[in-house]
Amino acid sequence: MEESMQMQRVGEVIEASTTEFVAQCYELYQSPPLGSLVKTRDLLVELYGIVYNTTTTSLEPGRRPIARGKDEASEEEIYRSSPQLLELLRSESSALVVGHNQGDKLHHYLPPKPARIHGFVYLCPSEEVKEFSQSFNFLTILINTHLPVSQDELIAACLRQMSQAYEDRYAFLVAAGKELAVLLGGEFNQLKAILERIRQ
Amino acid sequence: MTQENSQRLGIVVSGSLNKGVEVRLDSSASVEDMAVGRYVTIEGQKQRFFGMITDVSLGVIDQKLTLTPPDVSDSFTTEVLAGTSTYGMLHVSPYLTIAGDVTSLIEGPQPVKTVPSHFSTANLASDQDIELVFGKEDKERFWIGNPLDMETKVCLNLQEFVKRSNGIFGKSGTGKTFLTRILLIGLLQKSQAVNLIFDMHNEYGWAGTREGGAPVKALKQLFPSNVAVFTLDEENSRRRGVSTDFVVRIGYDEIEPEDIVLLRQTLNLTELAVEAVHQLFRKFGKNWLQSTLALKDTEELPEGLNIHESTLNNLQRGLATIRRLPFIETHAPTNTVGSILNHLDRGINVVLEFGRYRDITSYILVANMLTRRIYAQYQERVEKAMGENTIKPRPLVITIEEAHKFLNPQVANQTIFGTIAREMRKYNVTLLVIDQRPSGIDDEVMSQIGTKITCLLDNERDIDSVLAGTSDKGELKSVLAKLASKQQALIFGHAVPMPMVIRTREYGSPESYRDFISRGEAEINKQAEKDIEELWE
Repeated sequence: MEESMQMQRVGEVIEASTTEFVAQCYELYQSPPLGSLVKTRDLLVELYGIVYNTTTTSLEPGRRPIARGKDEASEEEIYRSSPQLLELLRSESSALVVGHNQGDKLHHYLPPKPARIHGFVYLCPSEEVKEFSQSFNFLTILINTHLPVSQDELIAACLRQMSQAYEDRYAFLVAAGKELAVLLGGEFNQLKAILERIRQ
Repeated sequence: MTQENSQRLGIVVSGSLNKGVEVRLDSSASVEDMAVGRYVTIEGQKQRFFGMITDVSLGVIDQKLTLTPPDVSDSFTTEVLAGTSTYGMLHVSPYLTIAGDVTSLIEGPQPVKTVPSHFSTANLASDQDIELVFGKEDKERFWIGNPLDMETKVCLNLQEFVKRSNGIFGKSGTGKTFLTRILLIGLLQKSQAVNLIFDMHNEYGWAGTREGGAPVKALKQLFPSNVAVFTLDEENSRRRGVSTDFVVRIGYDEIEPEDIVLLRQTLNLTELAVEAVHQLFRKFGKNWLQSTLALKDTEELPEGLNIHESTLNNLQRGLATIRRLPFIETHAPTNTVGSILNHLDRGINVVLEFGRYRDITSYILVANMLTRRIYAQYQERVEKAMGENTIKPRPLVITIEEAHKFLNPQVANQTIFGTIAREMRKYNVTLLVIDQRPSGIDDEVMSQIGTKITCLLDNERDIDSVLAGTSDKGELKSVLAKLASKQQALIFGHAVPMPMVIRTREYGSPESYRDFISRGEAEINKQAEKDIEELWE
């Protein structure tokens, strides 16, 4: 697909549920940044997710990596002297599903079906981020989900990432801030924490 | 229905017909740009409402914000919070519906009977809205000023205005005199009424004073053919370079017991002394005043008069004050009342200057005496006109200053001014009262005043007295108390569809004079053209 060719492919879905999907990155440590907008496809439906967590672990759950650098001069040397490490470790990114595109219509709510395993995961380009962030409805999903990472951190990271797609980053962040101020009406301390993390 | 050029303020979030509606400001509208007294339109689903901002307040979504305020030095946080977590609220009193139903389309703005629905948009009123409500300057309407922060002309329907007695109130130095002068020019140009002005401080006839500036032109200089200046103090008028038309002299024989009743407080007379005046008048007839002053003691009292010595002394002391007034003579050489009426009949407005005799005794005596006689004449003529089905005399507007001296609760029942204020326009005579202490005016009279124009007042009792009887006293009170100390006024009552706050029109520059005069002439020319057209029809 021509469209997909232009987009940066970052990995492949290895675990999926209605609310999230996990992608294994093709290259170790080459994960999409925290809060970035990624997408995958389930037949006709494109699913959008926001990366909320990335882990790098051993390929086999029972085998923990061991410290190897005692006699090495630098960290890079470790990987150079044990090239197999790149194959024994893997990076995985988890993304929270925040919307989908069905029949050329963008929806900021959960899709009818989860993502497919082995679906390619792409990092959305600026134009798509812009289009997706025309509406701040996805913030509701971020606020209302319990995640291993702090909500405030995730929301702030996501808005910081999205703002990079805009020429007037400040205006975008103010608009997003206002939306948050409404959603977090009774939670001023949380709002304050997020605002402190997104102000430039 | 939305007007292109109106500025959106926010949305209606709550309210009631009695108390007005609350408008939550959008984040784009700064609370600091709002002002009480500004006009607002609210786009309801079926009707458009027209109202006035009567209060501005601040709100927060979460009380924690007030306890742990955010860092205000950070513009980002402040900007995000503005209009969301922190917001401005406007209290708007809707007064009229200006479009929407059939009646208001045909008959113009109607009084409100409901409130706009939830989340209706509120906009600042546009020029067209204001023109729709207050009308354009035309044959009957006179441009009196502009709304706050706007250039639209706000007009007053003077034909309606003169149908009732009216009042101009305000603290000293708030521009009552300038406002009165503008209004008198309006009356002179736009209404059929003639004015009789008791000009205590010589402000309306030839030239008026201005704080920290050159004198301003007054009526006679601007409209020489329509205004006659009468004076009590010829010498003073001549010194001020005023061309007077008539010198007023009052004869002893013209003073009647009723005139003394009004002066009771000023002359410090006892109740009994006032009673004695009536007795003396019955006995001595027209020359009672001279005869009373000539009495040496009670021994000389004619038969049948029972007046105590102390009462007589008290009365004589009081009457001596009157005798000392320089414009009082044994017999007046001219008939002042006749001359005033003669001028009024010809449509010429009369300004009576008091010159140096600005003491309250002279003012009350002269104003009361002349008004009583003129009113009697008017009453007679109107009754005659009604009986014979002929044309009634021209409506007369009598302007009095320091009105609380004539209309205070003690004397309001007895003076002619009280009668005129109460009987209103039955005999085609109405009052224009100018006062700085409206609380001193009798409640009954105050309630009969049709249109009230008030500049800044800050005494609680004065404010209460002016606003007595209005349905939205609380709201208007906050508007009234926040008027600027100069050139701003609140107008409400009979002649205006809703209370309005205005910045008074400019007066005193050459352009302003030209504006006043040219409008008058244009009006006359238009009328002449119309008359000619009608002649050939």
